[in-house]
Amino acid sequence: MPGRVIQISELTKIYKMGEVEVRALDGVDLSVDEGEFLAVMGPSGSGKSTLMNIIGCLDRPTAGTYQLDDVDVSKLDRDERAVIRNAKIGFVFQSFNLLARTSAIENVELPMLYGELGWSRDKRHAAARESLRRVGLAGREDHYPSQLSGGQQQRVAIARALVTNPAILLADEPTGNLDSRTSEEIMGIFQRLNDDGKTVVLITHEPDIAQYAKRIVHMRDGQIQHDEVGKQKRPVAMVMK
Amino acid sequence: MKNSVMRMGNITVVGLKAISRNKLRSILTMLGIVIGVGCVIAVVAIGNGATKSVEATINSLGTNFIMIFPGAATQSGARIFTGQSTLTAEDADGMKAEAPAVAYVSPMVRSAAQIVSGELNWGTSIQGVSTDYPLIRSWNVSQGDFFTDTDVKAAAKVAVLGNTVVDNLFPNGDAVGQIIRIKNVPFKVVGVLEKKGGNMMGQDQDDTVIAPYTTVMKRLAGKTKIDMIQVSAVSGSQVQEAQNEIEAYLRQRHRIQPGQDSDFMMRSQEEIAQTQAQSMGILRTLLLSIAAISLLVGGIGIMNIMLVSVTERTREIGIRMAIGAKGRHVLMQFLFEAVTLAIVGGLIGVAIGVAASLGVGHFLKWPIVVTPASVALSFGVAAFVGIFFGFYPARKASRLDPIDALRYE
Repeated sequence: MPGRVIQISELTKIYKMGEVEVRALDGVDLSVDEGEFLAVMGPSGSGKSTLMNIIGCLDRPTAGTYQLDDVDVSKLDRDERAVIRNAKIGFVFQSFNLLARTSAIENVELPMLYGELGWSRDKRHAAARESLRRVGLAGREDHYPSQLSGGQQQRVAIARALVTNPAILLADEPTGNLDSRTSEEIMGIFQRLNDDGKTVVLITHEPDIAQYAKRIVHMRDGQIQHDEVGKQKRPVAMVMK
Repeated sequence: MKNSVMRMGNITVVGLKAISRNKLRSILTMLGIVIGVGCVIAVVAIGNGATKSVEATINSLGTNFIMIFPGAATQSGARIFTGQSTLTAEDADGMKAEAPAVAYVSPMVRSAAQIVSGELNWGTSIQGVSTDYPLIRSWNVSQGDFFTDTDVKAAAKVAVLGNTVVDNLFPNGDAVGQIIRIKNVPFKVVGVLEKKGGNMMGQDQDDTVIAPYTTVMKRLAGKTKIDMIQVSAVSGSQVQEAQNEIEAYLRQRHRIQPGQDSDFMMRSQEEIAQTQAQSMGILRTLLLSIAAISLLVGGIGIMNIMLVSVTERTREIGIRMAIGAKGRHVLMQFLFEAVTLAIVGGLIGVAIGVAASLGVGHFLKWPIVVTPASVALSFGVAAFVGIFFGFYPARKASRLDPIDALRYE
């Protein structure tokens, strides 16, 4: 029986814009089990970014509870959330968000610099190297982001997200800046990592991309409209270097 | 505990990397601190050196020393210096008898000439004095003898040479008994003076020829008046008394009515020292305030660059926060960067300051001493400037909202 990774109930987020209150999330219930590959879909303004920020512990809900890996994280303060982000969440962003003028391996080592575990230099290095290998970038450890293609940069970002072995990979439009062929490659990597047991939560507005997930949640006006188990599209060719 | 130490080490690595990624900007940022610290060290060292050198040269003037210069003459109510000296050799001659607090008196007549000895020649100053001169200046001969009162009375063509003159005219060192020619007048060298060193203006006091004032007046300068009278008081406590006596004596001799200004001026060794110390103090305060302003400007420069850096790296801060950096980590990183810039700048400043001090010391032949205290002080100030001016930008960075920071373009 797989464990429950995300347990969200009655989650509400209200933004105050002057006098007006905007209900970005309006009583969301969602649970994700270990090993799932979930896509959250919806048009802009549907609340999916707000949901992602809360799932990613970047933000706190106004009301409701959120349990991540059996820990209630909805009431944590800034620093406590930073620790949770470091240990349990691997972010992959649309714009890669690598540090410029910093080699691939140094980018991947970054989360370990802030970790509570106190990794030694050698351990950091070994873990980063292994992580890069898993995304097919062995041999490019010393390349700088400017020397890498968009797809390769995104793979470095995935390696960085993976390196602390987090409970979930949280990908926010990870293919938004990539062409369709490279997008397919990147989605293939997520699928492979998911096959190995990693829980993946993908935020996207592209139906094509959502197809790669096992389960698709549609959002509209801050609520979950429907929650379906898809048939999961596989990339045409699993191009893995 | 071990973990937190290790994490601090990591933050250090992160900060150092950020600095090395922006070398030119880092160097420019440091410049203000470099100049400030360099200034402080150089000013303190050179100031100390100058003070010591002045003390040494003022002491080298002699003991209980008083100088009397010809002064302003009053003509038709206007105080002017006529160019014509008001002091005569007779003023000096009668002084000992009339002023009991005076121990030694020597007139001084100055001239300058090219001195020839065989094939060699050397341009130097010639000072005509009396036999009291070595006693006033505590300046003895190292070879031969000083000239005698008989020589003075007879305006004998004898001379005592300073060390530098000997070095240049008699490289073999055997000067006593030789003949030198000053303005074509042959002089017999009777003695060589001890080495005395530079005076407070940096002039070499050993670069001189001493002869009886009578000889210099008659045969070399063609003067009837003298340029200065040098006096030594009986004791340190009687310097003021001696000055009063000299004043009364000279005013009487020069027939100056009560209420009229004297036609001479007097400076005691103490007054010279005080004046020197005062101008030295003013100079030092001035330079130190420049240094302080430079440090302040340097600090503002660091703050400015750090603020720009925080804005420019908002995205980076967002990324770091997303992957688990706490506010404290970001604060420490930016603070560390600022402090490192300040400290590295401080180190370069120390190096430049020490080099400049030694350079000036070598050039002016001052006993320059770079005190550890001034190094520690300026270095500490630099570090403080880094922390003080780095804190605000660092705190600003640490308080960014990760969501906004990640979205920042």
